[in-house]
Amino acid sequence: MAIGHALLGLLEGGPRHGYDLKRAYDERFGQHRPLAYGQVYSTLSRLLKNGLVAEAGVEAGDGPERRRYAITDAGVTDVERWLGTPEKPEPYLQNTLYSKVVLALLSGRSATDVLDVQRSAHLGTMRELTRRKADGDLADQLICDFALFHLEADLRWLELTAARLDKLAAEVGK
Amino acid sequence: MSLLVAQDLHKSFGKTHALEGAGLTIRAGEIVAVMGPSGSGKSTLLHCIAGILPPDSGVVRYGDRELTSMSDRERSELRRTDFGFVFQFGQLVPELTCLENVALPLRLSGMKRRAAERAARDWMAKLEVDGVADQRPGETSGGQGQRVAIARALVTEPKVVFADEPTGALDSLNGERVMHLLTSAARETGAAVVLVTHEARVAAYSDREVVVRDGKARDVEFVR
Repeated sequence: MAIGHALLGLLEGGPRHGYDLKRAYDERFGQHRPLAYGQVYSTLSRLLKNGLVAEAGVEAGDGPERRRYAITDAGVTDVERWLGTPEKPEPYLQNTLYSKVVLALLSGRSATDVLDVQRSAHLGTMRELTRRKADGDLADQLICDFALFHLEADLRWLELTAARLDKLAAEVGK
Repeated sequence: MSLLVAQDLHKSFGKTHALEGAGLTIRAGEIVAVMGPSGSGKSTLLHCIAGILPPDSGVVRYGDRELTSMSDRERSELRRTDFGFVFQFGQLVPELTCLENVALPLRLSGMKRRAAERAARDWMAKLEVDGVADQRPGETSGGQGQRVAIARALVTEPKVVFADEPTGALDSLNGERVMHLLTSAARETGAAVVLVTHEARVAAYSDREVVVRDGKARDVEFVR
């Protein structure tokens, strides 16, 4: 995900300082990959340079001073443009699994075993996500569902390929 | 501990060989997904191990008893006392209310009406369908009807629940709710679940999967 756009979106709710932004980001989007402080400050400095955020005072505290940032009009426009632009659908045409199946067939190994091992691994991950969903809140459920639907698509491909192995073996052997 | 063991099952329908040497082991309290493409024989396997359909050859053992050598009457009795069933469609009696449907297996075992309906109400509450107790199945939504069917399957606290595509007629959201409630209730009572499904997201509620392909079942490692 574009971190810059995510931070801009969070700033639309009001000015924040870097630490506060990191916390908000991690809570909403960073369950598995929290932002590093360095990333927050380098992103903010880029947004500042591009005029998408502006400094909005300094918060005094016990520790070092904390600079607050606010989104600018140009920043709001940028967020709007980002939200309105579709993500490029992945073509998924470079596929390691397909290569493994073909290489198994070419070398006289069992392509069924390749598919079975993969299905088992996929289902193992799907079980973990399903358990996590059961214990999680709605945000957690939606994140897990996104992963589950994608893994399920892979599994459907594995099944379909298993059903077509004889034909594929004949074509590969030509 | 192995609860249900099937070995070398063969079953044909005319010239169609549905099972060709299928085997399967179900342990007490585990949830096993039986997966495979349409026509692979997974439903036939379920029907054979549940004692609904006699295999042409092969053995099914339930505990220390051999299902495949029991009389029809003994098998019916076992299905009523130890097994519960959930299918995709049409398993509820349309003339009875949902409460009467859930209480039915207990009534058939000779339990008095009041006690049977009390137990039925408890199970309907667990499955979150106590609100439709007095409605007939035709008046409920697909998801509610399926949860009523699960309550009926669990009301006798069976040792094994056989579920054949239990979410097949439901949308994703209802299917998920049904699976969550089915597996939670089964874990609570310690029932094993044999879950036939072609959907990976449904199979993900299981502890492990068995794949049926061309009438043969392939066991994938035990998880628990």
